[in-house]
Amino acid sequence: MAQARTSTGRSIAAHAVLITYTLIALFPVFVILINSFKSRKAIFAEPLALPTRETFDLIGYTTVLKQGDFFGYFQNSMIVTVASLFFVLLFGAMAAFALSEYRFRGNLLTGLYLALGIMIPIRLGTVAILELMVASGLVNTLMALILVYTAQGLPLAVFILSEFMKQVSDDLKNAGRIDGLSEYTIFFRLVLPLVRPAMATVAVFTMIPIWNDLWFPLILAPAEAVKTITLGSQVFIGQFVTNWNAVLAALSLAILPVLVLYLIFSRQLIRGITAGAVK
Amino acid sequence: MTTRTLRIALLTSTLLAGAAQAQDVTLTIESWRNDDLTIWQDTIIPAFEAQNPGIKVVFAPSAPAEYNAVLNSKLDAGSAGDLITCRPFDASLELYNKGKLADLTSLGAMANFSPVAKSAWQTDDGAATFCVPMASVIHGFIYNADAFGALGIEVPKTEAEFFAALDKIKADGTYIPMAMGTNDQWEAATMGYNNIGPNYWKGEEGRLALIKGEQRLTDPQWVAPFTQLARWKDYLGDGFEAQTYPDSQNLFTLGRAAIYPAGSWEISGFNAQAGFKMGAFPPPVAAAGDTCYISDHTDIALGLNAASPNADQAKVFLEWVGSPEFATLYANALPGFFSLNSTPVEMADPLAKEFVSWRDTCQSTIRSTYQILSRGTPNLENETWNASANVIKGTETPEAAAERLQAGLASWFAPQQ
Amino acid sequence: MSGRKPIRWHIAVFLAPAVLVYTAIMIVPLFGTLNLSLFNQTPERTKEFVGLANFGTLFGDPRWSDAFWNALGNNAWFFVVHMLVQNPIGILLAALLSSPRLRMAAFYRTAIFIPTILSFVIVGFVWKLILSPIWGIAPGMLDVVGLKSLFAPWLGKEDYALTTLALVSVWQFVGIPMMLIYAALLNIPDEVLEAAEMDGITGTSQFWKIKLPLILPSIGIISILTFVGNFNAFDLIYVAQGALAGPDFSTDILGTFLYRTFFGFQLQLGDPHMGATIATAMFGIILVGVCIYLFGIQTRLRRYQF
Repeated sequence: MAQARTSTGRSIAAHAVLITYTLIALFPVFVILINSFKSRKAIFAEPLALPTRETFDLIGYTTVLKQGDFFGYFQNSMIVTVASLFFVLLFGAMAAFALSEYRFRGNLLTGLYLALGIMIPIRLGTVAILELMVASGLVNTLMALILVYTAQGLPLAVFILSEFMKQVSDDLKNAGRIDGLSEYTIFFRLVLPLVRPAMATVAVFTMIPIWNDLWFPLILAPAEAVKTITLGSQVFIGQFVTNWNAVLAALSLAILPVLVLYLIFSRQLIRGITAGAVK
Repeated sequence: MTTRTLRIALLTSTLLAGAAQAQDVTLTIESWRNDDLTIWQDTIIPAFEAQNPGIKVVFAPSAPAEYNAVLNSKLDAGSAGDLITCRPFDASLELYNKGKLADLTSLGAMANFSPVAKSAWQTDDGAATFCVPMASVIHGFIYNADAFGALGIEVPKTEAEFFAALDKIKADGTYIPMAMGTNDQWEAATMGYNNIGPNYWKGEEGRLALIKGEQRLTDPQWVAPFTQLARWKDYLGDGFEAQTYPDSQNLFTLGRAAIYPAGSWEISGFNAQAGFKMGAFPPPVAAAGDTCYISDHTDIALGLNAASPNADQAKVFLEWVGSPEFATLYANALPGFFSLNSTPVEMADPLAKEFVSWRDTCQSTIRSTYQILSRGTPNLENETWNASANVIKGTETPEAAAERLQAGLASWFAPQQ
Repeated sequence: MSGRKPIRWHIAVFLAPAVLVYTAIMIVPLFGTLNLSLFNQTPERTKEFVGLANFGTLFGDPRWSDAFWNALGNNAWFFVVHMLVQNPIGILLAALLSSPRLRMAAFYRTAIFIPTILSFVIVGFVWKLILSPIWGIAPGMLDVVGLKSLFAPWLGKEDYALTTLALVSVWQFVGIPMMLIYAALLNIPDEVLEAAEMDGITGTSQFWKIKLPLILPSIGIISILTFVGNFNAFDLIYVAQGALAGPDFSTDILGTFLYRTFFGFQLQLGDPHMGATIATAMFGIILVGVCIYLFGIQTRLRRYQF
């Protein structure tokens, strides 16, 4: 009896903490969304009120949608994010496997070399990167962005994945080797499925900065046809912008796709984590 | 059979389209004026393209805060557009010296501009001009005319009247007397210090004396604007320390503040958003009858990327930008950006007319920190932002701020040593 | 000697794509930039080799060194706030989420992670709106609970601005430690926990005695990621306070200091050489931190294979 009561008490306490934090996490997003549907006067008069019949106004959205091809921007962002993610995960996992699995001369050095990248912001290399892209004719292509984001994402991916790969049981791999499996098969068939939770984690962490990046799209691919959605909505959030209806609508439109993307990935992420937990 | 015909048809049409495009040259304009995107797209560019078939123009702005960094990176790597919107003075001069901007001295349209108008985009000796001047902006105060009417306030002409008006608004309590914040810092320097300052340092006289080293930033005429700013604190809204520039704009246009220390570029935005009558007055002078000075700052021009493959077509566009026709088009599409063209421009907007009328009664000058004095480290303009914000907040005294600026300037600027 | 191993080509195949892309796009451009710190521009606009003179300026000239130490100090505080607030909250949330038979766990997990996916532009804008003394969301809410007197324009006050922004950053990123710890907690084999329960170790004491030691390696990773992330931080401060990191440079961190110097700002022209010098110094600081972790801490953490 007593135990049941403490466990109920504990579960109530757990829910209380989690609900409180969930509210803190969601409140600002809620503020943006409700205000994006209100008229200018109403935003400033009562920022916390829900839109009512009098204050409901879609002016922000009509302004934003008139300005640019938001669907096209979204598509560009999608292509860049998904392609970069694919390369980061594939190349990163391969390198992490090599580093965590084999003893060879230069192992530690290679590991450190690949980790250098998390210590300097890639933005510093902007001019040289731009020169490289100009020389190879990749300016204003999505390929330029994919290459940069792949390079940018690799260090962290290798760092996290090799930590996790070290935890994969040696017995399993050795059993595979005794069965005559090639190293490639061991990697793709045995190890990759086991580090799925880590892959999902890396995927989410890599995706966020890519989706939200403003700098490289601005420098490498500012043309209308290859604009990403973050850059597209930035037009409304410049220093001199006072049209808060448009700003809030643009922000909402920028949140929405990444939210949906995250909700889809988050299923995978959790499935990955739990699949990894079932031994 | 059908697919083959279709394919040939497609192929031919692509080739034809390609051929048609080959004749068209597309010019890209780099700019920080993302607010003006629609005006360029709907008004200015169509007017040019109608007269110049074969030249297409694309206006490609980036946000003002990133413009310099983005532009410099693109110019260094060779991917910048054909036409470059020029910041005044050193930022553009540096680009010209590095060979990134072409020399436009020989452009026919340059004859349409006075030496003063061109001075912001010339080498120090005035021998070469590298951007076609587009517009200047004038500082002053925009006020809520309905509020002034309701409270029975006359438009202030002197300092004393100015503070009397602020006191009256404050006592009444309906309105925040003045809409300004210090969060973004530049408002304090640009709409504060450089707005009211010229009346004290006597415009060009003081500005040039500073460059020659004949005056110091610690002289009374340079400390006085800070002393004035320090008094503003009591008339700003609650929590002005965290008030941003858009906050200030919204406070005023929503009718919650009575006076807005302004630059004329606000006019078109305010016209669209304010639901009350507005007026404007120049910075008040110390005593009635004193000569008034206004900041009429050369702010924006257009230059040619020296590496542009379409230099000839770009020059056609630049000639047009230097024409009276463009001046009229631009000044009326963007009231508050005043043409620098010598040909007088007829403007329709009453508020813009009010601002520009001060050119007749007051002496014009440009912002004191822009020419030459912000060439070194520490950067005088950026230090002035910080100092003006500190003085308004009361965290630094006017004298201490002036001393700090003077020490910083003297550390690298020989005439001040 | 005789049994010389054959070249293991597969190692090269595994490493090649990552090393190639990474070297070409990231390392070469970055070192090209860092190299600039050894040069200066002459008045004739040519590059001249100056050795370590730029570092002498950065640390010796009070105009530079004051700004540098200010930024470094602020950055250290930024990091301390994250370590003291973000990571404990992250661990707490993960521990709660991983408790068995918790209802709505998926919902909490998803919701709490949402701030992490938002761009800095959105985060900066919305928190400025909420904390604004003018539009009154925060003051209004404090008023409801009768604490309006506690409100101050935090982002505009030298004493509070940096801590406020650090907390905003914590709000944004708490999902990352939460997720990593959560994954680590789920990876603890049930046998271990069952054995603990047999011994009567349950609930909170089970967390402290059994789970925490097992997730220490993950906490180590999180700490070093937080360190690197914080010392490279830039965007949030830039979006909220601008490149001059007001008020009065009280929120200036290494990232904003570097940006201003390298790319220039308003009338201040960019100085690639001094910018590269600052970047190299930052790189050094982060390298030292990472080495301390790799050689001093990580090797002492026991790793468990399951």
